[in-house]
Amino acid sequence: MRPTPHRLPGRPAAATALAAAALLASACGSDSSASGSGTPVQGGTLTFAVGSDLGCIDPQQAGSNDTIYSLRQIVDSLTDQDPASGKIVPWLAQSWTISADAREFTFKLRPGVTFSDGSPLNAQAVKDNFDAIPKLGVRAVLGAGYLTGYAGTTVVDDLTAKVRFKQPNAQFLQATSTFSLAIESSASTKKTPEQKCSQGVSGSGPFTISSYTAGQSTALARRSGYNWGSSLWKKKGEAYLAKAVFKVVPEAGVRTGSLQSGQVDAIGAVGLADESALKGAGVRLQSRANPGVVFGISLNNSRPVFKDEKVRQALQTSIDRAQIASTIFPTGTKQATSVLAHTTPYYTDLGSALAYDKAKTAAALDAAGWKAGSDGIRQKDGTRLSFELGWFANAATNQPTLELIQQQLKAVGVEAKLKQYQIAQLTQVQQGGQFDALWGNITRADPDILRTSYSTKLANLYRIPVTDLDGLLDKQAATVDTAERAKLVTQAQQEIVQHAYVLPVVELQTELGVGKKVHDLAFEASSRIQLHDTWIG
Amino acid sequence: MRRYLIRRILQAAAVLWAAYTVSFLVLDLLPGDPVSAMAGAAQDQASFDPAQFARLKHEYGFDKPIPVQYADYLGRAVRGDFGDSVATGRPVTTVLTEALPPTLQLTAAALLLAVLAGGGLAVLATWTSARWLRQALLSLPPLGVSVPTFWVGLMLVELLSFRVHLFPAFGDDGPRGLVLPALTMAVMPGALIAQVLAKSLLGTLEEPYVQTARAKGAGRTRVHLRHALRNAALPALTILGVLTGMVLANSVVIETVFSRNGLGRVTAGAVGVQDIPVVQGVVMFAAVAVVTVNLAVDLLYPLLDPRIVMAGRTA
Repeated sequence: MRPTPHRLPGRPAAATALAAAALLASACGSDSSASGSGTPVQGGTLTFAVGSDLGCIDPQQAGSNDTIYSLRQIVDSLTDQDPASGKIVPWLAQSWTISADAREFTFKLRPGVTFSDGSPLNAQAVKDNFDAIPKLGVRAVLGAGYLTGYAGTTVVDDLTAKVRFKQPNAQFLQATSTFSLAIESSASTKKTPEQKCSQGVSGSGPFTISSYTAGQSTALARRSGYNWGSSLWKKKGEAYLAKAVFKVVPEAGVRTGSLQSGQVDAIGAVGLADESALKGAGVRLQSRANPGVVFGISLNNSRPVFKDEKVRQALQTSIDRAQIASTIFPTGTKQATSVLAHTTPYYTDLGSALAYDKAKTAAALDAAGWKAGSDGIRQKDGTRLSFELGWFANAATNQPTLELIQQQLKAVGVEAKLKQYQIAQLTQVQQGGQFDALWGNITRADPDILRTSYSTKLANLYRIPVTDLDGLLDKQAATVDTAERAKLVTQAQQEIVQHAYVLPVVELQTELGVGKKVHDLAFEASSRIQLHDTWIG
Repeated sequence: MRRYLIRRILQAAAVLWAAYTVSFLVLDLLPGDPVSAMAGAAQDQASFDPAQFARLKHEYGFDKPIPVQYADYLGRAVRGDFGDSVATGRPVTTVLTEALPPTLQLTAAALLLAVLAGGGLAVLATWTSARWLRQALLSLPPLGVSVPTFWVGLMLVELLSFRVHLFPAFGDDGPRGLVLPALTMAVMPGALIAQVLAKSLLGTLEEPYVQTARAKGAGRTRVHLRHALRNAALPALTILGVLTGMVLANSVVIETVFSRNGLGRVTAGAVGVQDIPVVQGVVMFAAVAVVTVNLAVDLLYPLLDPRIVMAGRTA
């Protein structure tokens, strides 16, 4: 971890804006899955190497990208989300209406859709899914969370389903576009969570699972007769690819080498270290920032040291986010410019509030009474400005990032003691509140993630004081009008960043390596992949 | 003989019980439990439901006191029932029986390679009269023992799969996919066999009976292979039990590097999500395998060396 030369003082804002603009341009360039030259070819097999398999082939219970890449292809959702605009568009539902209080969602289903077990898609199937998802257990927390306050589904007629909630739930529309609320056949919803995991489910997607070996591979076969694709897809009818095989290759170096030597067509989770080798082999690197809450340091706002807003605000400018993004994360990764990633709907650029300014931090800490002690760490009334920064080993970038942050904080006289936890401890640590600060992010393509993360009326994991932020968050959840909701979400982002409940650091960018002969491998709105339009030739 | 067998089987049972208990305690000392691991993997803790969490913990019995959990598990394990995987809900015995064939294939191929290459090296090094060749050959085993297995694997993949497209880098379809992982796995046991056998061959060649054979006019090669090797092979056979444990442990690394299915991958995955029933199943399988091989080796001794008599042994 060698520190790189710092930016010239005096012009940080301009430089940040410039860098942001450049990054945005490059991100947009790589968004449009590129090389669409030539005429698409029907047929062929795509071999995709992923790093892991958790042994469960139910899309509704999937949580890791590696599993979602394959399972997303076997199910359709009621709606789809345009990755460019964040707009919700028809898929299995042709149209929908939302009640003014955002409590009732009525979906008109597309006729003629069948699941792979032969049963038809109808309002009853939709009801069966939404009734069953909250009961799936701890593995399906994503879907269960989207359905919080679920009051039931009314089968209005064969192709009309009305989903009701006890409280306003504006995020639900976006949630219907996710794999977590994908629609499975009625028979599949009747199985136990374990059965769904091991035996699989029947979806209505453009592919079906033709074979699955736990920890080894998932093979997909094109569903013939498929004719109800998302309105976002370029190709109508069946997919181009005849087959797609997802091989589990746990070792990153082997994934990279296999793509370079043509043994696989595409790989997930490309790291910074692999980039140059892949580029040299003519591999296309495709990346998109994950929407949702960016990687950042979530402070425990009830801790004495963080109760003082001035300290939190001072720390907000102590982190050189650009250095972290460029030295540790894949090329093109954006530093955080809000608590939300720039690919999240209603994201607002608050980059100037998050600009790196050591002098400002030092002055603010001085003013708050924290003076440099003999060991270089600031002190106030005999208390050292020191906190424990907890992290989990769920991403390879976590440790180097935190070590760099630790150095940056030390430079302003703040001590961060890194503490690694096991994934199994996450629940206990967060719910129990026995932490000073935690490192993490959450992927979600709807700004309601701010409410679930920062409303004091819910879990309030970060022990945030009660303020008018709660009102803003509740209001956006009850607002159907997009312009109005955008305004509320913008205000909420400003509140969170200004009061520094969390120190946003860097966006999570999903980077894929895609071989030359693969075309139109597209990211969907949550930065996972959609294979319907993909072709090989 | 019968009393010896009974005593050995009782010893084996004690070893199995100890392995089971120690692994249970180690897993219990880890923070959290499989249900927490599942909940933690979802990350979005805001929509966490404590009631559901508690119910699931109860379902799997993780809310019971540790001694009760231990007794429950042990009671079922004795009857061959290791329960269901917490992560996937499948019976542990099914998980293991599915993972076993590819690992057996790999370990059998690797051990065969190790015996042939390691044994061959030892025989050649002790047979040759060229000093430089002997020294060159004898310097190989220490090298083989000291290079890390994952490094050997990655080097082989890089050279023979990525640069020269001879073998696939991953997967377990067909014998071509077996070559690189078996080679990698054979390095360490092969080196150990070579070390032990070469040392014991050099010792045996000094024995008076070898001199007698030579004096009787037996040829150099015949003395080496017929007279000396048979006696010198005993120590090498003894380490077979150790090697079995070693290759099973190495399968975790090798199956990960070569993306092969098998016990090693099952172990790595189960440890990662703290899938206690599966880990316990693997530990028991490995313990049974090592104990059985050791017993078989002990029973083989008198066949190879008539001087060893079972009933007279006190150990």
